[in-house]
Formats: sequence, structure tokens, C-alpha cells
Amino acid sequence: MDMNQYLEVFIDESKEHIQNINDQLLLLEKDPNNLDLVNEIFRSAHTLKGMAATMGYEDLADLTHKLENVLDKVRNNEIIIDSNMLDVVLEAVEGLEEMTLSIAEGGDGKKDVQAIVSELKRIEAGESLESDSSLSTSNQVQENKTGSPFGELNEFEITVLQESVEQDFFQYQIHVSLRKDCLLKAARVYMVFEVLEQIGEVMKSNPSVEDLESENFDFDFYVLFVSKEEATSIEKRILKVSEVEAVHVESYTLSENKNQKQEKPNNMVNSEQKDQPQSKAQTDQSQPGNQAVNKTIRVNIDRLDDLMNLFEELVIDKGRLEQISYESDHAELKETVERMSRVSGDLQNIILNMRMVSIAQVFNRFPRMVRKLTRDLGKKVDLVIEGAETELDRTVIDEIGDPLVHLIRNALDHGIETPEERMEQGKPETGTLLLKAYHSGNHVFVEIEDDGKGIQKQKVLKKALSNGIITNEQAENLEEHQINELILASGFSTAEQISDISGRGVGLDVVKNKIESLGGNITVGSTEGKGSLFSIQLPLTLSIISALLIKIQEDTFAIPLSSIIETAIVKKEDVLRAHNKEVIDFRGKVVPLVDIRRLFEYSLDEQDDELYSVIIVRKGNKLSGIIVDSFIGQQEIVLKSLGKYLTNVFAISGASILGNGEVALIIDSNALIK
Amino acid sequence: MGNENQDVKVIVFQLNNEEYGIPVEFIGSIERMEQVTRVPGTPDFVKGVINLRGIITPIIDLRERFDLDKSEYNDQTRIIVTHIEDMTVGMVVDSANDVIDIPVDAIEPPPEVIGSIHVDYIRGVAKLDKRLLILLHIDKVLSKDELTEIEKVEG
Repeated sequence: MDMNQYLEVFIDESKEHIQNINDQLLLLEKDPNNLDLVNEIFRSAHTLKGMAATMGYEDLADLTHKLENVLDKVRNNEIIIDSNMLDVVLEAVEGLEEMTLSIAEGGDGKKDVQAIVSELKRIEAGESLESDSSLSTSNQVQENKTGSPFGELNEFEITVLQESVEQDFFQYQIHVSLRKDCLLKAARVYMVFEVLEQIGEVMKSNPSVEDLESENFDFDFYVLFVSKEEATSIEKRILKVSEVEAVHVESYTLSENKNQKQEKPNNMVNSEQKDQPQSKAQTDQSQPGNQAVNKTIRVNIDRLDDLMNLFEELVIDKGRLEQISYESDHAELKETVERMSRVSGDLQNIILNMRMVSIAQVFNRFPRMVRKLTRDLGKKVDLVIEGAETELDRTVIDEIGDPLVHLIRNALDHGIETPEERMEQGKPETGTLLLKAYHSGNHVFVEIEDDGKGIQKQKVLKKALSNGIITNEQAENLEEHQINELILASGFSTAEQISDISGRGVGLDVVKNKIESLGGNITVGSTEGKGSLFSIQLPLTLSIISALLIKIQEDTFAIPLSSIIETAIVKKEDVLRAHNKEVIDFRGKVVPLVDIRRLFEYSLDEQDDELYSVIIVRKGNKLSGIIVDSFIGQQEIVLKSLGKYLTNVFAISGASILGNGEVALIIDSNALIK
Repeated sequence: MGNENQDVKVIVFQLNNEEYGIPVEFIGSIERMEQVTRVPGTPDFVKGVINLRGIITPIIDLRERFDLDKSEYNDQTRIIVTHIEDMTVGMVVDSANDVIDIPVDAIEPPPEVIGSIHVDYIRGVAKLDKRLLILLHIDKVLSKDELTEIEKVEG
């Protein structure tokens, strides 16, 4: 059978599964007792194994199989999850990823995985033996311990109990006796539980809930319960349930349960009690645990691009049609054209939306990267991700990854201090790196915030002076944020020693350039000793921007609205001269004028203009006024490149096709400001 | 089966009363002259860009590129849209109206001096009956070196 047609699907799906395994593993590290996570990982690994075997990638299938074995033992509580074990598993997953990449690049997906396989085997065999022996000891403990009616608590229950202590809940052990003549024992139990669940949470019961429901007990049962209510109040409430003979509430303490051995979890039994606190935990971490099956199909991005191009042609023809119908008196034609315009407007929205992808794609790779980097650097950092569902045009998504990697590395390497340094300064040992994305207006903001040492302004100034980025005079007049932004200047790098993580010669100026080339900008905020915030502003989409259309003689140009502050009509006599340059006084600021007509080599014979049409544009803090012939108006335009032949044209960033089919060049106002 | 000798299929176009050929595999389409939007800050032979069915396509004037005398555009003027790798460029020529097969053995290396065109662009000369066809190295014609050189001078 020819497998080629399935290869693409296989690669895509494998990548998805590997990513999923990665994500879940990292969650598992934080919440080692969450068996749902293990199950989720197991499922992904299992599917991956099946696919790899079908496609004939033996190595891939083999490694996945070994991984699956380990996971299976974890699932059955024969292996305890610790960070060493996770290291090996993550390494194995990395191996899987490499193989998949090799397949995607046309390789055979073969890789020497002996080392990892033997590690996995060691875990599978060695640790399970160890846990077997401890299992038997724990059984003994259980036999010895007749005091508690709940036997061994599993680790999950212990953590929930510990958390409840921290949150000022009381822990109770409740002994309920039903009257001997009670007929519907299960119903009474149910009522008791209902009462309890109104005021707290039932952790465990003895006999188990199942046994209680099927009336598999005499007349007494015990409930382990956490609540903020007083013991007497609980007692009273339970006694309101009829046919309850006696209730005895006493506080329960976690003491002897230091042996954190899990008993074989009877999932069925505790599922009811487990669900509630667990769903809490889930919302806390916003984990993508049980992903709903989406109704999606895969579409090659090229097809979407083609669709977009075809649609643009349609828009241009629509423009012509509108013109024709406007000039004619044909009522039906006009009506039809109007309807068509509406439909095409909707179509445009749909097509643009199809190209939007959530930034999670980019963010997904960071947890693992941060984990690895922090280990290498010997630092402790919590990565918090917010707004991963924020959507951006995929062209932006494709480009934004590298700058973010750079900034995160920078924050980990230079921003966040070592645990010792942090302790000395009275900060929590573990640093926090916040990665956040959100929409605002026509832009998406991505922020990287750390609570590290911040930017040391004096050091930055000194460095900038010695590197000749600024002069002494400039240095005196710089405002705080300008000093911060010096670190983005080219030829700047404060790292005293070049490390492997960041500062390998290229500085943050690369990041800045990249972001500006995407039509965005980046700002730096920082408080010394408290941390830094890098905020990146990006356009929602690269393909459609709002622009002001202007005219220079017969040609139409577009200037992106994002860089325009305002437009003005200036009288010729108000134009001043400074240093042989034309400037205007704009709201108390001296703004240099750029006559784009001269710059673009238009013949300027009609010099008798009384008024100048000026567009005030901004780049950072600098303003400039661009003189044009006339303003046409604001319009959404489709940004297109000039093609590979014409690159680096001065002050032109691209072109757009207008409704009448005419080409309008897009002016890059940044290039006009020095 | 038909072509015993490997034939080269070329598009024939006219420039200043001489005939030139470009292999068809580089040709996307042949268009009539249309309104060109000038792009400031580019060499003179770059006429600007056109909207070619929704794709912005740069246009160069081949006469000016080869330092031939300028002439007015007329009904015969054509734009030959060429693709090299992922670069698309339209070339303005006097006219284009023929596709012919040239046997490989009819192609001779370029003579030492031919007109005013730099020998670099010319792949060879094909003699067919009484016609003389100049075959172009299209990638050399569209080499970006010239573009960047001019940029440097101006910038």
C-alpha cells in the first residue's frame, strides 16, 4: 500500500500527540497524583505507537512502546513519579520528537535510542521492585494501625487534606449510627451526605460509598469530612435527618500518615469524592486535560493563501462592478451589486478568520524549554502562561516564535536571580516568569514579565557610552524608559560573560528588528530589583491593515494608520527653517517636514501651493511631518509584497490593490524618520 | 519521440528589430501593456509594478535594461511574465508573437561582440533559416546585482 498520502497526516498527528504528551508530563510534575493526566499521556502514547507501527517506523513504535510500559506501571501505581523519572520520560519524548522531525524532513525516522530504552527499562524494572517492597511494608502499617477507620489515605487525599488545613478548614471524622429499625438505609446515607456536601466536602467514607449505596453495611459508618463549620453545628445538621440514632463528630488529624504510600486506588470507589476537589485543581491550572473533539479538518496553508488571492481578485472586480452600477440607472443591477458587496464582506471576514491561529502553538514549546533552561542554570522558575488562546494571523505566528525564545532566554539568564541571591533579597526562592497574550483593539499584546533583578540603569548607561551607542550629552537627557530601551539597541549586550543561554553575540536588537518588521513594536519597563516587563505589540494580521490613502499627483499611496498621529493643513508661511531644514511648530514641538514628493522624484512645478497637507507620523518618540498633495481617506487595505525582485526599496514597505484595480504603494513612514 | 535531437522550445520576442528567445519553462504568461505604478527609488529600467490578477508584479523595460534606445509603448508592446525560482518579473518587449523549437545543435556560443549588450546575458545565438535568434540567460538578465549596485550609488 502506498503510504505517502498518509504521511503528512501521520506527521501532523504525531506532532500533536507528542506535544500533548509533553504538556501533560509537565502538568504531571506539578500534580504527580493526578491519574487522569497519566491516562491522557497513555492514550496519546498508545495512539502514537499504533500509527508508527502502521506506517512502518519500527524505532518510533518501539520507543513509544517502552514509554507506554512505564506509563502503565505509573498508572497502576507501581512506579512513583519523581523528577528523575520524569527526566528520563521527557528525554524519551524528545527522542520521539526528533524521529518525527526526521520523518517529516524525508528521513527514515531511525535513531539510536538504546540509552533511553535502557533507562526506561531500568525504571520499569528497578523502581517497580522497590515499590513492591514498600507496598508490603505499607500493608503491615495498615494492619498495625487500627486507630483510624479510614485505613490508608492515598497521596491525593493527603494533599487535599493538607491544603484544606492551609485554607483554614477543619477536618472531621464523623461517626454516624442509624437506627436499628431503619428501612431505607441507602436513602438515609444519601441524605446525610447531602447535608454534609452543603457545608463542606466529603473526603472518604468507611465503608465505601458504593457499599453504603448498596446497603452493604450494618448501621454505622464513618465519614472523613472537611468544612469550616463547627463540630456541634455539623452534629445538629446530621441529626435532623430522620432515623439517625447518633452522630459523633471529632476532629481528625493527619499524623501517622507520613508514609506516602498509595494504596491501590479503587477508582470506582473514590471517584465521587475525588471529582469535586479535582475539578477545582483543574480550573486553577487551566489544564487542557480532556480536550473536546473539535470538528475540524486540516487544510494546507497554501490553499488558504490561494483562496485569499482569489478573493482579492473578486474584491477588485466587485469594485469595478460597483462603479458600473453606480453610473448606470439599472435598479436591479444596483440591488444585485449591493447584495454581492454584503456577501463578499462576510466572506472576507470568514477567510481572514480561517487564517487566525491561537498563539498556544508558539507558547506550547516554552514550558519544556523553561524547565530545561532553569535546570541548566540552576535557577528555580515558575512559568505562568496566560491567554494562550489569543488568536493571531498565522503569518505573524510563524515569525513571533524566535523573538519570544530570545526574550525568555534573556529573562531566565539575566533577569531572574539564582535561588541564593533571591533568598538574600527576601524574595521567594522560586522566580516567576509570566507569559501573557491578549487582544486590545486592532492589536495583540504579548508580554514577558519576570520578577528578577530588573535592568540596572547605571550599568546600561555605562555600557551604552562605552559602546558608542549614545554620547555623554544624550546620556544626561535620557528618560528612564529610554535607558531601558537602550538594551534593544544594536551593538549592545550587557552580559559580562557570554553564556550558552543568551548573549551569543547577537543582542536584543535582533528581536526589536524582527518585531518592527512585523509591523509591531516592543517596549521595556523595569524596576531595579523588582523585575522587568517586555511588552510586544503586534498587528492582528499582516495581510489587512488600516491605512490612510493619499495622493501625489496621479499616484495613490497608503500610509499605515498605526504610525499616524494626525493630519494637518499647514500654511506655507508657518513653515520655519532650522538648519536649512523645513520644520513646523506642532503643538509646541518642533517637527521636521519631509516632502515626500521631492523624495519620490516627482516634478514639482506647481510651487504656488498656499497650504501643505501634512501627515504627522511617529516612530518611538520622534515625530515627523510628511507633505503630500492631498488626503483621500481611510481604508482597509490588503498588504502585498513587491515580490522577490524588488527588495529593500527605500521607504516603501509593500503595495496594495485598490478597488479599481490600481496599485497603491505603502509608505514605510519609519524609514522617513531618522 | 517527436524530438530526436533535444529541442529547446522558446518564446520569440522583438527588441529594436532583433529577435530574442527565452525558453518557455521560464515564462508564466504574456500580457498586453497596462498601467504601471512607478516605484520611487529604483533604477530607471524598473518601470514599477502592475496588478497581475491580484499579484503585485515588478516590471522592467528590457530595452532600457540592455541600454537600447527607448521607444514609445504601442499596441504591439507586450509584458513577458517570467518566473525564476520564486521570483516573478514582467519584462516589457516590443512584441512577442512566436513559439518555436530550436534544435540544440543550432545554438552557437555568443560571438565576442554583439551589439551593445553585455555578453554576460547571452547564452548563445541560434541560426534558423534566415533568422538569427539571441538566446538569453534569463537569470542573468534578472540578476539583482545591478539593482543593489545602483542602490548603493544612490543611497
